[in-house]
Amino acid sequence: MAEDLNRLPLHALHAELGGKFVPFAGYEMAVQYADGVMAEHLWCREKAGLFDVSHMGQVLLPPDQAQALEALVPVDVLDLEVGRQRYGFFTNDDGGIMDDLMIARRDGDLFLVVNAACKAADIAHLRAHLGGVQPVEGRALLALQGPLAEAALTRMVPDAAAMRFMDVAVMVWQGAELWLSRSGYTGEDGFEISLPVENAEAFARALLEMQEVAPIGLGARDSLRLEAGLPLYGQDLSPEISPIEARLGWAVSKARRADGTRAGGFPGAPRILAEMAGGALRKRVGLRPEGRAPMRAGVPLFADAEGGPGIGVVTSGGFGPSVGGPIAMGLIDSVVPDGAMIYGEVRGKRLPAAQVAMPFYKKTYKR
Amino acid sequence: MKYTEEHEWLRVEDDLVVVGITEYAATQLGDVVFVELPEEGLEVVKDDEVVVIESVKAASDILAPLDGEIVEVNTALTDNPGLVNEDPTGAAWFFKMKLEDMSAMDDLLDEAAYKALIE
Repeated sequence: MAEDLNRLPLHALHAELGGKFVPFAGYEMAVQYADGVMAEHLWCREKAGLFDVSHMGQVLLPPDQAQALEALVPVDVLDLEVGRQRYGFFTNDDGGIMDDLMIARRDGDLFLVVNAACKAADIAHLRAHLGGVQPVEGRALLALQGPLAEAALTRMVPDAAAMRFMDVAVMVWQGAELWLSRSGYTGEDGFEISLPVENAEAFARALLEMQEVAPIGLGARDSLRLEAGLPLYGQDLSPEISPIEARLGWAVSKARRADGTRAGGFPGAPRILAEMAGGALRKRVGLRPEGRAPMRAGVPLFADAEGGPGIGVVTSGGFGPSVGGPIAMGLIDSVVPDGAMIYGEVRGKRLPAAQVAMPFYKKTYKR
Repeated sequence: MKYTEEHEWLRVEDDLVVVGITEYAATQLGDVVFVELPEEGLEVVKDDEVVVIESVKAASDILAPLDGEIVEVNTALTDNPGLVNEDPTGAAWFFKMKLEDMSAMDDLLDEAAYKALIE
């Protein structure tokens, strides 16, 4: 493995658990453990899966920077209540997405979680516009996801049971300060837990000792989020794709919309608000290929079984273990009618794929 | 049993050879979710791409190990691709070939040479 890859604080534990490592966003990460992607995926849907997402960026901002942050994201940060978080994205002047992130308001600060591949750029972007930007050092980030996540976590941190979806809280476990959020990226109920690196291994081992908890690698993390219809930055989201094209208009807060109390005022607002009113040229759609052949990222899409111009491309695709077949997301021309059968060209053959509503697999978040 | 450097195994069965992938290859691929088999009667040349196999991770090709004709394919794999992980050297054979020249088998790896390759 290349020398310049970073290792996560719990690398030795991942190796001990049978992790098979791949490079990802500059880190050496476990793509799977001994049981493999399919078994890990299904385990997380039925029980509880432990993910190490310490590669992601954690950033603190002073609370008086809420307004300045609003100038970078189409999100209502000012009215975000203490103890709550919102999903959002940094937009660019062209109305594309520079990164997607979570913004939490805590007692005394704002806490952001950003993608690993973007964190250096995000921090530079924040520093160019905000004061007091403080990248969090020395804290790991774990996610515990699945229908039994609450049962498992509350054995160690009983108060976590009171948290609802998108709540954030600070709790203590064996003297270590845990920064908890009830959220995740799997389509399951669960928690993300930021904690000091020196406590992370003991915390992870305590969870893994429980019968219902198993470690889950990047492979299943990807199939879980795909089944949940959640877009991945770098594939389904990019600087060239607007939030409206990505069908993330729901995440543009009411206050920041054209008829809102603080309308616009974020990069790319003219395009994004115009698209909210009049529609975008492209749209992110869910695809259910007929047959068993997966349609992976990069597969070109067509309106017709033969001939005709391309209408778009698959941005994420693979096999959905809980769906039991291939699933994909694509970015296609908006003129293609919703629900129309489209075709993906796989190894020179055009294979039919139905446009379907996402998520492909139904969520069970605790609200 | 003979082996190729592409992690296929070949077993002689009367005047045909049965071809599949090794346990090592199946483990490396991960959970197999799709297998596309060639048509029976296809004439192939060594290294032709004859089978497409997709796992949860990626797509790969299985190459013709030698020159010959594909005379039978294992359609059970189309409906149950997971068989490749469950029984790669038995029930999950891919195809049977009639070789152009049976003596070409002699150039393939024996078990000891293949084991050395993957170690």
